[in-house]
Amino acid sequence: MSLNTESKLEKILKAGHLAVTSECGPPRGTSLDKIEEKANLIKDCVDAINVTDNQTSVTRMCSLAACIKIKLMGLEPVLQMVTRDRNRIAMQSDILGAAGFGVNNMLCLSGDHQSFGDCATGQNVHDLDSMQLVQTVRHMRDEGKFLGGGDIAGPPKIFVGAAANPFADPFEVRVPRLAKKIAAGAEFIQTQCIYNVEKFEKWLGIARDRGLTEKVFILAGVTPMKSAGMARYMKNRVPGMDVPDEIVKRLSDTPKEKQADEGIKICIETMQRLKEVKGVAGFHVMAIEWEEKVPELVEGAGLYPRPEVD
Amino acid sequence: MIVASPKPMEEIIDTVKDCKKLLILGCNECVTVCEAGGKKEVGVLASALRMYFAKQGQQIQIDERTLERQCDHEYLEEIRDIADTYDAILSLACGVGVQFTAEKYLSTVVLPGVNTCFLGATEERGMWTERCQACGACVLARTGGICPVSRCAKRVLNGPCGGSTKGKCEISKEVDCAWQLIVDRLTALGKMDEYEQIAPLKDWSTDRAGGPRKVVKEDVQS
Repeated sequence: MSLNTESKLEKILKAGHLAVTSECGPPRGTSLDKIEEKANLIKDCVDAINVTDNQTSVTRMCSLAACIKIKLMGLEPVLQMVTRDRNRIAMQSDILGAAGFGVNNMLCLSGDHQSFGDCATGQNVHDLDSMQLVQTVRHMRDEGKFLGGGDIAGPPKIFVGAAANPFADPFEVRVPRLAKKIAAGAEFIQTQCIYNVEKFEKWLGIARDRGLTEKVFILAGVTPMKSAGMARYMKNRVPGMDVPDEIVKRLSDTPKEKQADEGIKICIETMQRLKEVKGVAGFHVMAIEWEEKVPELVEGAGLYPRPEVD
Repeated sequence: MIVASPKPMEEIIDTVKDCKKLLILGCNECVTVCEAGGKKEVGVLASALRMYFAKQGQQIQIDERTLERQCDHEYLEEIRDIADTYDAILSLACGVGVQFTAEKYLSTVVLPGVNTCFLGATEERGMWTERCQACGACVLARTGGICPVSRCAKRVLNGPCGGSTKGKCEISKEVDCAWQLIVDRLTALGKMDEYEQIAPLKDWSTDRAGGPRKVVKEDVQS
C-alpha cells in the first residue's frame, strides 16, 4: 500500500475499508465550543470530519480555524475550500497553513453562488475553478512548487478530494466530468446527497465501465430527511438535488411525529443498498445540524465500529 | 456593443438640480442601439426634466445634442465652442464617453445619465444579454463559441458546476447554464472529446486584474 500522505482517510481507503466521513458546519460566531461539541457527537463513528467553508454562502468561522480545532482534539479533519472567496494567492496560503497544522485532507469545491447567502451583493472571486484547485494542491504536494514556479519549503502533504454531483444536468457530462477531476488529481470523491439511488447507480456504472472507480475512491453522499417538508424543499428549491416523488410520498404518508425516524430509516436503507455496489468506497454522511443522528446511521448501516489504522 | 440602461430619474434629478444651464449629450453608437442614450432618449429625458423643474418653479435651461461618438476626439471637438457655457454636461454615452468628455472639458462638470452594463447582443427588440467580459484572452475556441467567463455565474472554466438544473443556472431559472449550452454545442459539433481536456489556469493579467489595459497598433500609428 503506497501512501502519499499521513491522512487517516487515505490509509483507511487504501486498506480496502469502507470509509465513513461526516461534516461539521462552523459557527456563526467565535465560539470554538460549538465545533468541539459537534465533533464529539460524531468522532467515534467516522474516520474524518469535513469542515464546510461558508456553506450556502453564509458567513461563518473560517473552515481552516475549525479544522485546526478538530485536529487539536486528536481527530481527522477534511478542509473544505471553495474557490468563490479566494484568489490563487490566498488559496495556496491557506493550504500551507492547513498542512502546517497537520490537516491532511482537502475537498476542493467551487462553492454555492453568493446570491444565496448573507452577502448577496458581494463580489465573487473564482480565480480558479474547483478542478484547477485540485491541480493546484497536487502541484504543490507532488512538485513541491507554488503556481508561480517557486519552491515550497516543506510541501503540503494533503490527500486531495473533489465533489461530484451525479444528479446535476446535463447527465451525459457527469461521468466525463468525474474523469476530468481524476485527471486533475482528485484522489477521493464525495458525492451530492443520494436519494435517487437508481440514477446514482447508473452514473457509477458508467464510471466503473470507464475504469474510473479503480482510479478514485468514491464516497456516496447521504443526508437523512427530518420531515416531508424538508424533502419537498430539497426537491424543489435546492439546485442540483434529485429527490424522487416516492421519497416525498413515503415521508408525507408517515405521521408527522414519526417522519424523522422514517427519514433515518430511508437513509440507512440507502447506505445498506449502496454498500453492496461495486465502486462505492465509503459514505459521506451529511446530517445537516443533526449530528447526533450520525452514530445511529453509521451503526444502522453496519459500519460501526470503525477500523483502526496506524 | 456596449449595453447601458438609463439611470433612475430621481438620481439624475439629484445630480443636476443645482444647474442653471445643462447640456444633455447623446451618443449615436451603442447607446442608441440599446435605446438608452441616443437622440431619441436625449429628447425624452430633456422633456421630462424640463417638466419636472417647471413644476418645481425652478429655472433651468436644458439643451440637447447628440454626437456621432463620444469616444473619439474628432466628434467630441464639435462641442468645443459651447462646452464651457454649461454648468454641466449630462452624458448619455457609456462610461467611456462620459470620461472622455470630462477629460476634454476640464472646466465643465460632466455627469453620467446611464449605467453602463456590459458587452452584449440584441436578443430581440428591448432585450440585450451579456456575451463578453472583455477579459483580453479569449477562450471561445475551447468552449464551442460560448463564453463561460461572461455567461457562467461562477466563471467556471471546466464546468458545469453541480448546480446546473434542467439547463438553467443555480442562481435563477431565468438564466441559461452556460455549460449546458457549451456541452450541447460541443455535442452537436462532435467535439465532446475536447471537453475532457482540462482548461489551464487562466491568465487574468489581461483582464481588469492586470490594471488598465491598452491596445497599441503600431502599423496604424506610424
